[in-house]
Amino acid sequence: MDQLIVLSLVALGIPLLGFVLVIFNQKSLGERAHLVSIPTIAFSTAISLYVAWVKIKNPALGTLQWSAEWIRFGIVPGFGPLAIHLNILFDSMTAILMVVVTGVSLLVHVFSSEYMKRDSRYARYYAFLGLFTFSMLGILLSGNLFQIYIFWELVGFSSYALIGHWYERSGPQYASKKAFITNRVGDVFFWIGILLLFAQFHTFDLRAIFGFINEGLPLSFSILGFSPETTLTIAGLLIFGGAIAKSAQFPLHIWLPDAMEGPTPVSALIHAATMVAAGVYLMARVFPLLTADAMLVVACVGAFTSFLAATIALTQRDIKRVLAYSTISQLGLMMMSIGAGAVASGIFHLVTHAAFKACLFLGAGSVIHAMHRAMHAVHDHETDAQDIHNMGGLLKKMPVTGWTYLIATLAITGLPLTAGFMSKGEILSGVLAYGNLQTGIATALPWIGFGVTMLTALYMWRQIFLVFFGIPSKPDLYAKIQESPRVMTAPLVILALLSLWICYGRNPIDPEHGWLLKKGVTTPAQVIPPQTAPTFRPKHYLSYQTEQDGFGIAVAPSIEGTQGWSVPPMPHQVALMENRHGISAIAEYYALGSAVLGFLIAWLFFSFRPGMAVSVRKAFKPLYTFSFRGWFIDDLYEFVFSDTIIFSSRVSAWVDRVVIDGLVNLAARVAVLLSRIVGWFDRYVVDGLVTLTGATIQFLGLMARSVQSGRIQTYLTWVVAAVVAIFFIAWWALAHPFTLSILP
Amino acid sequence: MTFAPVGLTHFLVLAAVLLVLGLLTMLTRRNAIAVLMGIELILNAANINFVAFTRYGAINLGGQVVAIFVIVLAACEAAVALAIVLNLYKRLGSVSVREANKLRD
Repeated sequence: MDQLIVLSLVALGIPLLGFVLVIFNQKSLGERAHLVSIPTIAFSTAISLYVAWVKIKNPALGTLQWSAEWIRFGIVPGFGPLAIHLNILFDSMTAILMVVVTGVSLLVHVFSSEYMKRDSRYARYYAFLGLFTFSMLGILLSGNLFQIYIFWELVGFSSYALIGHWYERSGPQYASKKAFITNRVGDVFFWIGILLLFAQFHTFDLRAIFGFINEGLPLSFSILGFSPETTLTIAGLLIFGGAIAKSAQFPLHIWLPDAMEGPTPVSALIHAATMVAAGVYLMARVFPLLTADAMLVVACVGAFTSFLAATIALTQRDIKRVLAYSTISQLGLMMMSIGAGAVASGIFHLVTHAAFKACLFLGAGSVIHAMHRAMHAVHDHETDAQDIHNMGGLLKKMPVTGWTYLIATLAITGLPLTAGFMSKGEILSGVLAYGNLQTGIATALPWIGFGVTMLTALYMWRQIFLVFFGIPSKPDLYAKIQESPRVMTAPLVILALLSLWICYGRNPIDPEHGWLLKKGVTTPAQVIPPQTAPTFRPKHYLSYQTEQDGFGIAVAPSIEGTQGWSVPPMPHQVALMENRHGISAIAEYYALGSAVLGFLIAWLFFSFRPGMAVSVRKAFKPLYTFSFRGWFIDDLYEFVFSDTIIFSSRVSAWVDRVVIDGLVNLAARVAVLLSRIVGWFDRYVVDGLVTLTGATIQFLGLMARSVQSGRIQTYLTWVVAAVVAIFFIAWWALAHPFTLSILP
Repeated sequence: MTFAPVGLTHFLVLAAVLLVLGLLTMLTRRNAIAVLMGIELILNAANINFVAFTRYGAINLGGQVVAIFVIVLAACEAAVALAIVLNLYKRLGSVSVREANKLRD
């Protein structure tokens, strides 16, 4: 077992230890729970940083793995030998994302020690943060689908527990249930997808599965009579179903905005930076088996989600809901990127997004915290502390929160010198290359990407202008607003620094030569059968094949080393890289143009002429409502699922009450009637016969008994009478001999 | 008025009369000893028949022998019966056959 793997397992185990320590000592720890949790996470972060450092510094390490048999079932009839293994897979993507998860988790832990102060379930909160961190690290380190699924469910559970942290209120209760159930829907597909692969290849190990697929799909790989190629597409899409739910993609995105009912630091950690990115990570992990059709679906779902969420974010009033829809939108961009074959760009955006979105959420938490304190000071219990229309001009009062928020906004909108500019430019150039090489719907994808960039700038700057600039809308509250304490602003500063370009490469406009793309995440080579791959081919395939390493396409990290062979990138991947080279600058210009356009519109509407926003809203009232209500998707689900189910329940309840119960009652009545008849018959006929027999016997007995008087003289009289009678009979018989001819 | 010489018929009639008398005694008297006496009458009626048939009939001396047997048996019977009656009296304090009905139930 490699030393790095041991260390990363230690980093995985420590948060679990923290969870166990805190959850079983909630009472005794109380307000001191963070004194246990923060050191455990800090330790874990330090180890993650170290292993990532070593891993990135030494590319020669390759992909590290460790495997052990976990459960052996022996020979299963109809299946063959069945055993489940534990697999640890440790590559650069794992290393980098471990740092992201533990880092954001550490900052959120620190932030929460102030934000959650005097909460009645302070220790429980920290315990579940630890459990979440453990589960998330578990997903990252898992090398097989079964293990990923276990940790996948664990993050779902900790997310559920943390959304419902204030479970005495109905909102969090409802939201946590909604999140949990929505995720179950996706998980069912995910699990079917896992089993589909397992049924064929008899292993959960990703590298082994990729190896088998690379050797050629067997004809027996088929579901519902589809061909093996189609079945591979279906398997990819089923796994994507899990990612759809976890990463809040359309149509299962509905849980994420409601998840904002949880504490704001939780939103920052789970529902912005890490857990929702697990779907993106999963798609990156299984990317080698995505066929052209599956890729197109992933890209389209991502693009549509991105656009949908961006339009909804435009009109939300709640500061956290804007950020929630923004998260959905950014996750959509990442999905689109992975679907378009630019996996490294998607993961890059995941990393940078984790930094600036966590910064935005924690900043929002800081603002909400300040609002609450101000409201408390003026005894105001009516105002909605999260409504951006109740804020304004906060930059002067809360400089650190304001400036860090501003930096993160610059990053998310993709302005130069930020990490967001780099990663978004990467995504858009990847998608543009993909769109250029395709025909049909795929050509629209980059333009959706640019549109979303514009919308992102619009809604983020709207928020900035309404919250941090302009005139305070509640002067009495404004007077009492104070900057949050250091323990809250320090994480903001760190995250804002992580949103700058310098953390990801020296040149702010050339991310491809930054360390993260050059030495860190790479797009894995695909292993799908050639006939299922996208049809485009590179112009100079041969020349590119020889110098493929220079193109950032690595030999698939998940395959290399398993059986001592490696896989070169497929022709369409080379074509994508080739096409991308010429257009990455164009994509960056377009992205920048869109972002600036969005900024200008926001400035015009919300800063330069604030009245215009109101008049535009009034002029396009239906569109505004459409956006504000989230395209009525929740209402649609409410109608299609809830109302239909309630209606059908009512119908079946009526049927049950009237028809079924009626039949049962009728049957009961018939049974009672029959019983009465049978009872009567039994009592009078059967019993009567028995009694009659008895009575007859008794009567006969009495009759016979009466003869037995016990008087000897009576008996004697009978004897005499009988003798006399016999005498007369015999006399008569002798007188009529013929009638007694039977006598001898 | 002439009388037919004494013949078999007379004996038979006498025996029949004795039999009937004995029966009547048996059936009507309450006293167990009287009942026994009725039995003796019946036995003697039979004896008369046997002896008469020996005298007038064709059974030679057989009838007389039977008659002697009957007398012996009657003596035995009287001994046994009287013992029974004595016990009866001891138990019931009377010799009425009406009282001796304990076996009825």
